[in-house]
Amino acid sequence: MLSQDAKKRAGIKRQIRLPNSEAFKIALRSIKIRFWRSIVTMAGIILAIAFLSYVMTAGWVERGVQAADETAVRDGVQARATQFWLIGISLLVCVVGITNAMLMSVTERYREIGTMKCLGALDWFVVKLFLIEAMLQGVVGSLAGACIGFTAAVLAGMTQYDGVLGSLPWGAALLSLTASVAVGGVLSVLGAVYPARRAGKMPPADAMRTEI
Amino acid sequence: MAEVATGLAHEYAVKTLNVVKEYEMGKQTLRALKGIDVEIRSGEYISIMGPSGSGKSTLFNMIGGLDKPTEGKVYIDEVDISGLDAYELAWLRCRKIGYIFQTFNLIPVMTALENCTLPMIFAGMTTQDAMDKAAGLLALVGLGDRIRHKPLELSGGQQQRVACARALANDPAIILADEPTGNLDLKTGKEIIELLRRLNKEKGVTIISATHDLKMLDVSDRIIWIRDGMVDKIERRDELDIEVGTLEGEEA
Ligand SMILES: Nc1ncnc2c1ncn2[C@@H]1O[C@H](COP(=O)(O)OP(=O)(O)OP(=O)(O)O)[C@@H](O)[C@H]1O
Ligand SMILES: [Mg+2]
Repeated sequence: MLSQDAKKRAGIKRQIRLPNSEAFKIALRSIKIRFWRSIVTMAGIILAIAFLSYVMTAGWVERGVQAADETAVRDGVQARATQFWLIGISLLVCVVGITNAMLMSVTERYREIGTMKCLGALDWFVVKLFLIEAMLQGVVGSLAGACIGFTAAVLAGMTQYDGVLGSLPWGAALLSLTASVAVGGVLSVLGAVYPARRAGKMPPADAMRTEI
Repeated sequence: MAEVATGLAHEYAVKTLNVVKEYEMGKQTLRALKGIDVEIRSGEYISIMGPSGSGKSTLFNMIGGLDKPTEGKVYIDEVDISGLDAYELAWLRCRKIGYIFQTFNLIPVMTALENCTLPMIFAGMTTQDAMDKAAGLLALVGLGDRIRHKPLELSGGQQQRVACARALANDPAIILADEPTGNLDLKTGKEIIELLRRLNKEKGVTIISATHDLKMLDVSDRIIWIRDGMVDKIERRDELDIEVGTLEGEEA
């Protein structure tokens, strides 16, 4: 009887997959269709990363000017400590905002998630889709934020000092720009971990019952 | 019983053994299924009928591997599905069973074509092959000219056709339908029923459909009547004629 059952089970395989390229396509489509909503979700990231990038760039502007003319800056350094506190808090708020937005998005899409599971999606397919979505939003949002912060810091520097563009250590400044984009992407994914896992764990029958 | 199973592998597409489902609701437990035994042969067209709340959808979930029974066993192609792990269960849902729902349940952000390709992508087909096959299936259900439309740009009947095409994506042995005509008008409902019947005849797919829709009776091989979480009676179509006129709760 047992071997009989084992034989029958041989007919049941375990290969189910979701290639990355398809996962990206699906995630991208989900973002596009809810474009304005994605913008609102991204607004938090944009602001937080713009602030981060502003402070970092302002630091490089000062250092550049200082290197060119030793007497130019005196009070910049002590201001920076409090600024980093503010940055930490704004990033935290941003993560909480993303978690909240993703939780809402999961609730809104119960039926869609349930349907995917009925079509054979494994739990981690669903997790993957939500994480990719968060990552795309995070990267695009932080890119925008980083550019805004960078530009603002350079413009602000130009109103205070002369020759900012010439003295700015461009390599280092651009590196910190890239870093802030990475920070935004990572934080966005971190914020989405809990909602994505919740979506993944949902039993298909429950998901289908929920009326929305 | 054991000999029958050994002798004729896969004679039964679905078998349930004393399936009980209880829902815990606070302190109370609600017994939605109270011991269901049914045997459904491969290639049959089965309707599950019964009043609202009798447990049709619950049974649908059990048979489809979407939920686990509290007691009892469900066999799909003679394999006890309670013994399957998450990967095998996903494989079963993907390859062996096609689902059709009352609310169509297409993915709203995807076109008709993309909706149909999704199960094939999960099954490991290349995108191009999946698209070709999906286009063929959509043509089969009479939507060959609408493959690029999103669900919201389609009528209810058309959406349900897409759902039928999607259910067929991986050539399942069984199609499970929970009130497939519940949200459709008389004529469109009839078309979907005829479509299911045709698929049943041409492809030999076993069709199991929970329904209130009396139009379904004409095409079903057998009707399983459920009442209060129990099988009330099981009738073959030829035994039926007398009954239809005297049905209670006939809807418009
Ligand atoms: N997840 C659940 N939690 C609690 N009770 C449930 C749940 N699902 C179903 N029930 C209960 O189980 C019983 C059977 O429900 P089911 O949905 O199977 O009925 P049905 O025959 O499909 O009805 P309808 O024709 O209205 O769709 C009902 O009393 C319902 O309230
Ligand atoms: Mg129901």
